[in-house]
Amino acid sequence: MNRRHLIGMLAASTLALTYGCGQQEKPPAPKPKAEAAKPVAETVTVRVGSASPLTGPQAHIGIDIRNGVQLAIEDLNAKGMEIGGKKVKFELVAEDDEANPTKATTVAQKLVDSKVVGVVGHFNSGASIPASKVYSDAGIPQISPSSTNPKYTQQGFKTTFRVVAHDDQQGPTLAKFATSKLNAKNIAVIDDSTAYGQGLADAFAATAKAAGANIVAREHTTDKDTDFRAILTSIRGRKPDLIMFGGIDPQAGPMVRQMVSLGIKAKYIGGDGMQTPNFIKLAGDTAEGVMASMPGLPKEQMPGGKSFVERYKAKFNADVELFAPMGYDAVMVFADAMKRANSTEPAKFLPEMGKTSYQGVIGPIAFDEKGDLRNGPITIYVVKGGKWEPLETVTPGGEAKPDAAKK
Amino acid sequence: MDIFLQQLINGLVLGSVYALVALGYTMVYGILGLINFAHGDVVMVGALVALTVASALAASGLPAPVVLALATAAAILVCVALGVTIERVAYRPLRRAPRLAPLITAIGVSILLQYSAALIWSKQYISMPDLFKHDIYSIGGAQFTDLQAVVFLLACAVMAGLLWFIKSSRIGRAMRATEQNPEVAGLMGVDTNRIIAFTFFLGSAIGAVAGVMVVLYYGLGHYFMGFMLGLKAFTAAVLGGIGNVVGAMLGGLLLGVIESLASGYIGDITGGVLGSNYRDIFAFLVLVTVLVLRPSGLLGQHTGDRA
Repeated sequence: MNRRHLIGMLAASTLALTYGCGQQEKPPAPKPKAEAAKPVAETVTVRVGSASPLTGPQAHIGIDIRNGVQLAIEDLNAKGMEIGGKKVKFELVAEDDEANPTKATTVAQKLVDSKVVGVVGHFNSGASIPASKVYSDAGIPQISPSSTNPKYTQQGFKTTFRVVAHDDQQGPTLAKFATSKLNAKNIAVIDDSTAYGQGLADAFAATAKAAGANIVAREHTTDKDTDFRAILTSIRGRKPDLIMFGGIDPQAGPMVRQMVSLGIKAKYIGGDGMQTPNFIKLAGDTAEGVMASMPGLPKEQMPGGKSFVERYKAKFNADVELFAPMGYDAVMVFADAMKRANSTEPAKFLPEMGKTSYQGVIGPIAFDEKGDLRNGPITIYVVKGGKWEPLETVTPGGEAKPDAAKK
Repeated sequence: MDIFLQQLINGLVLGSVYALVALGYTMVYGILGLINFAHGDVVMVGALVALTVASALAASGLPAPVVLALATAAAILVCVALGVTIERVAYRPLRRAPRLAPLITAIGVSILLQYSAALIWSKQYISMPDLFKHDIYSIGGAQFTDLQAVVFLLACAVMAGLLWFIKSSRIGRAMRATEQNPEVAGLMGVDTNRIIAFTFFLGSAIGAVAGVMVVLYYGLGHYFMGFMLGLKAFTAAVLGGIGNVVGAMLGGLLLGVIESLASGYIGDITGGVLGSNYRDIFAFLVLVTVLVLRPSGLLGQHTGDRA
């Protein structure tokens, strides 16, 4: 039974493979034959992959991304696109990476095998990074809607892009906000000794120092700890007016609590790792007034946000969670590059990707030489009445500023 | 100076929690010669049970002390049942087995408890509802909340009660007799099986109280929280002299203070090279130094082969 099943699958996949090869140039044999007879122009089917967690605890965010991609594909097909004199029909191939780095590479190979021309994904940095090698080897462009780890685009691959600001842009942005808007003079910086937390805190400290602030304390804790009274006590002696934490909510929550119980009156600010509803739960009443940044605009403020949110709601009968607009724009960026290259072949339109200048739902999209979003906006939120409220959106300056803090 | 005083207060509160957990290790070791590695996870279960009960009752409108009392009672009940069951099912059948067997079993039970808790409570950090408004007091520039005072005083009360119990009560005397020599104690009419079960009962109940303190103090619980807490408490027990009840208390408080001072001053001492994430180096450095100079711990006696 099992073996027969396997053989069947193998046969099916080889069949798919042999068909798949010709698919981009001429219409695949069985289905579109009837349709192809009608229109004058030839039709090509172009497959776009979407990879995100569709099951498990992060499924709601992953499905959100896939829905964004699907909406974009339907919009493109409705509009009708012609590339190289052929009508293009886009088709979605959605895969579930379970937010698992190992599964991500399997899924990536599967997408490559099914001859997608571009991939929107993955959601997690931990999945995007290993998968990017597979796409790079196959020469297929990848746009992550959400992965913020700087490493993703620093591997030297020509195929990696993202439509979200990364962590090295977040730290300096936070620092500029702290020094210019909060007028912080004496800042204590704490991190959780992880790649994410320490990177964010280092970038923050470097920019804050350059802006003339005093870093009165630079402390480290771990991502397992829940007792920060000792370091907070020694920080209290240095009298900071702002405490910055690079880390995630299970540490930030108790830390803010303990800060208040030690009578520290300083403001508290952090990155996207603590900009979560769970942080407010963990910190309780003491969460009030805490600030944190999150890459991207609040969806209400995106240039195309309002109509997108409405159309999304009408189509999927659900609210946009987080990254659906990024997923939508990622597909549009692919289509835009294909149009300029006048080809649906990855090898031909990939060089055009870098020259993208597209006005998307999330705002203007352009990539730097590494594939990072140029001037990706970052929004600072504040806890007000037990909820995260957008406070201010910062767009990093167009110059080389985001890179200034890089070591 | 006020910073030093503050660190001392932080350390004493942290240490009193370590001390309570350490009691569970040291009592079992004293009587059975077994390191009950599952004890930290029994504390974790107690903490999460208390957290669940408190969350469920927080919105019911009951006064906060009643909610806390019910949560603590539930935690003690579950922990005691768990502790006694573990002893009966996992350790008693192995009492005559080579010493490595119960040790491995203890580690197995610990993992079993952790992952059962992960299934029941998920792997997320769970938040404890705010039961009390915390007032902040201040002495000599150092600040403490009423909660910290309660944790410290309650821990002291439990420890004093335990000392009195072991010294003066009938069961306490039987426990000491079993500790000295189980066979002779048995010949003298002590039901050693019952005494051993009772030791687990007592250790688990005290552990449950410690678990409640942890969730109250930090405001959150997690399925893995018992591991590090257990390791630290075990270290405290060894530092004080494992098997010695007063030693466990002293070791716990000492370890808490060392940790607190180390994390507070480590940055200054090393000129910023090491941060408080390396504080455990100091804690274990002290442990190694004490063990080199006094191999049986601060208050431990050399008890020959059985220790």
